[in-house]
Amino acid sequence: MVSMTGLVRACALALSIAALSLPARAEAPTTAANEAVVEHYVLDNGLEIVVIPDHRSPIVTHMVWYKIGSADEPPGKSGIAHFFEHLMFKGTKAHPAGEFDRVVSEIGGNQNAFTANDYTAFFQTVPPDALPTMMSFEADRMRGLILTEDVIGAERDVVLEERRSRIESSPRSLLQEETQATLFQNHPYRIPVIGWLHEMEQLNRVDATAFYDRYYAPNNAVLVVAGDVEPEAVLALAKTTYGLVPRGPDLPPRVRPSEPEHNTRRTVTMNDARVGVPSYSTSWVVPTYRNARPGEAEALDLLSEILGGGTRSRLYQQVVVKGDIASAAGAGYDSGAYDPSTFTVYGVPQGDNTVASVEAAVNAQIASVIKDGVTEKELDSAKTRYVRSLVFARDEQADMANLYGRELATGGTVEDIAEWPDRIRAVTAEQVQAVAQRYLDPSVAVTSYLLPPATEGK
Amino acid sequence: MAVRFISTLVVAALTLFAIVPAQAEVVFQDVTSPKGIHAWLVEDYSVPIVTIRFSFSGGTSQDPVGKEGLANLMTSLFDEGAGDLDSDTFQIKLDDAGAEMSFSADQDAVHGSMRMLADQQPEAFGLLKMSVESPRFDQNPIDRMRSQIVSGIMANAQRPETAANEQWAKTLYGDHPYSRTNDGTIAGLTTVTAADLRAFHRAMFARSNLHIGVVGAIDAETLKTRLDQVFGDLPAEAALTPVPDIVPKLGQDVGITYNLPQTTIYMAYPGVQRADPDFFAAYVMNYILGGGDFSSRLFAEVREKRGLTYGVSSSLQNSDHADSLVIGTATRADRAGETLKVIQDVIAGLAKDGPTEAELASAKKYIIGSYAINSMSSSVAIANTLVGLQDVDLPIDYVAQRPALINAVTLEQVKAAAAKLLSVKPTILLLGPAATPADVPTPTPAPALETPTQP
Repeated sequence: MVSMTGLVRACALALSIAALSLPARAEAPTTAANEAVVEHYVLDNGLEIVVIPDHRSPIVTHMVWYKIGSADEPPGKSGIAHFFEHLMFKGTKAHPAGEFDRVVSEIGGNQNAFTANDYTAFFQTVPPDALPTMMSFEADRMRGLILTEDVIGAERDVVLEERRSRIESSPRSLLQEETQATLFQNHPYRIPVIGWLHEMEQLNRVDATAFYDRYYAPNNAVLVVAGDVEPEAVLALAKTTYGLVPRGPDLPPRVRPSEPEHNTRRTVTMNDARVGVPSYSTSWVVPTYRNARPGEAEALDLLSEILGGGTRSRLYQQVVVKGDIASAAGAGYDSGAYDPSTFTVYGVPQGDNTVASVEAAVNAQIASVIKDGVTEKELDSAKTRYVRSLVFARDEQADMANLYGRELATGGTVEDIAEWPDRIRAVTAEQVQAVAQRYLDPSVAVTSYLLPPATEGK
Repeated sequence: MAVRFISTLVVAALTLFAIVPAQAEVVFQDVTSPKGIHAWLVEDYSVPIVTIRFSFSGGTSQDPVGKEGLANLMTSLFDEGAGDLDSDTFQIKLDDAGAEMSFSADQDAVHGSMRMLADQQPEAFGLLKMSVESPRFDQNPIDRMRSQIVSGIMANAQRPETAANEQWAKTLYGDHPYSRTNDGTIAGLTTVTAADLRAFHRAMFARSNLHIGVVGAIDAETLKTRLDQVFGDLPAEAALTPVPDIVPKLGQDVGITYNLPQTTIYMAYPGVQRADPDFFAAYVMNYILGGGDFSSRLFAEVREKRGLTYGVSSSLQNSDHADSLVIGTATRADRAGETLKVIQDVIAGLAKDGPTEAELASAKKYIIGSYAINSMSSSVAIANTLVGLQDVDLPIDYVAQRPALINAVTLEQVKAAAAKLLSVKPTILLLGPAATPADVPTPTPAPALETPTQP
């Protein structure tokens, strides 16, 4: 799947976050004797809690997810969600700045945070007996943050450097940002999570405080605890920590500006001297699990896998192996987004082949699915691979915590995760063909090109 | 033999009340097959999967001059046909067997791993055997994977970061194999033949230079059978080309001028060998300097107080034949001089006075307590740890001994390590708009630094 890259507080964890976008969802524990049961609770103040026991190692992952992301920001304040994530480490009355990091370090734990379009999450990985301390600190800063002017300026400089490191220094990232802004004409997914540079420079304490007071409250949060713990004990601890935090104001329904009808084919091109090999991608706005008609998101997931998921996919086998014209080709689908999001195909020419020839070959594969559909064998293999990836995902407690956190922070439920394998198994070849026909329309696609400097006569 | 350990638990200052769960344990078993293949095993049935990871020492430093990229190309071909199965057939069988397989090469070893569903482990191990023992190296896959690797090299060739990495390696390592990239070169890859690949595989894939870690739903007796099946028929002895030890060349200034929004800075100082008695003193010193994510001196001074960067860190790097301490950051170009000065002041302060007692105590607590969290969080992480410990010749009860080794480090030893390592004039690389080491900055973005396994 295409990941809406979350921004993390420090780069050390960027890889692990990116690495867990294997399957969009994981299998909920079922009935096998050796599987733990996922528990779900709701406190009186509205805080949702998920506990995922995993007794392999003496480790626990403690996460708080807020249902607030960059797509919820006020107009003109791009980057405030991510900037605020950084400010959450600036201390409270009870625990001055730096104390939380110090306490986590001294117990041998790790902590970090990340922001994406639809959510902001904070987490610690610690030995199980440190869980009460983590819950105490995290509950304290849910409402107890103190923001002074002097911490704002230096931290704003940090996120500006983060933008320069991640985006401004990379032609690919700049192109991706502008492609997204072209694909989405009205929905805030057009705005980068980290923010536009000129708006980030203006973010201030008043903006941050307003954002905090509106969105950081138990009734807009999900607590996820995975690891070497018992659910009842976690619930009891949550009641004596998070349970004491008063419910915040009721938030209006989470309705963002939506996309108008798309009627044109658009292209976005960047030429840069640092580009050694050209590449391209084509994207469409498509529905996701929360907003799709029944079965369509599942069918799009399988379409993405059959068309471009790894070395057994059509794009790899037909364009890279048999066509012998591309060094890479694939597809991705951001199925977990709160609002309709992107389906993407991409390719990189090999040797003297042109981007145009690779693009044509990829388009021919899409046209073939639209016209003739997919085979039962392709469909079965893709389903098996998906369901298997869910078993593998259970191996990493942080992946499981992320899976449940993301699902609940974007409007899903524990039951949605449990039912997902059966919903995938139920998809028919006709449904896969139908979503390809409905959504992969070349006349409304956005294609982006990353090219070396233009030369005369070409 | 079985060694038990439980992560060292430090009583938290603010415990509200104790939860006392049954503490999970990770038990290392030493398994030897009838044919004499050794593996370390962690038996675990919490998820119905089996993970195996192994290393053959050698790696890209074995690439012959003129065939740079041979090891890298070889590792891309293990799922492209083996035994009597061609590429297509092999991959379909692998997919049907519910297994994921991967190979990679670094400077010192070729690493392989497979993750499989427990109920299909016989089929999966059967395919792994074919891959390890009799990869086909058919011409079509060779040409395809070679062109993909070449395309990757070409894609990065115009990036200033590529030029910076190349000059950095040349400056530190001269013409030693460590000066080369793991990817190889276009010229070198072009000359590689199927015969080269077969000979290289035969020389490196042997029982004498093999380390294995296994985690998951498999018992020791079953594993013994699988070990003999997969590895038992490999040659007894590897035929590796000796690689000399090298001390990185310090005191050099490297500048790459490119109009970028940031200036990237790397600094290399002397390192300490993994087997050196002073290793943990240096390790603790590095943690205090820039190894701790949010708690190091560099983090506090460069990012937290001044907002000069998003990331700044230092890292002790240990390879089989070279050791170093590397600092890296990236900062807005117009404040690069200020950033360099702050870093140099932090280094000078630590070299002169060493850390405080409080810093030493905090560092020890983190380094001891974090081992389980950083090394045992999943089957893959545990298997990685099992192999990593064997790669550096540590005993199977090392994890139990480790806290005492770290607690034994004294303030004087850390001071001595700081004075010894940080008083040397470093090699400094600057990449940015005004990359003249004389008048400007210091370190680099973390991405280029390796993240070593926690010792």
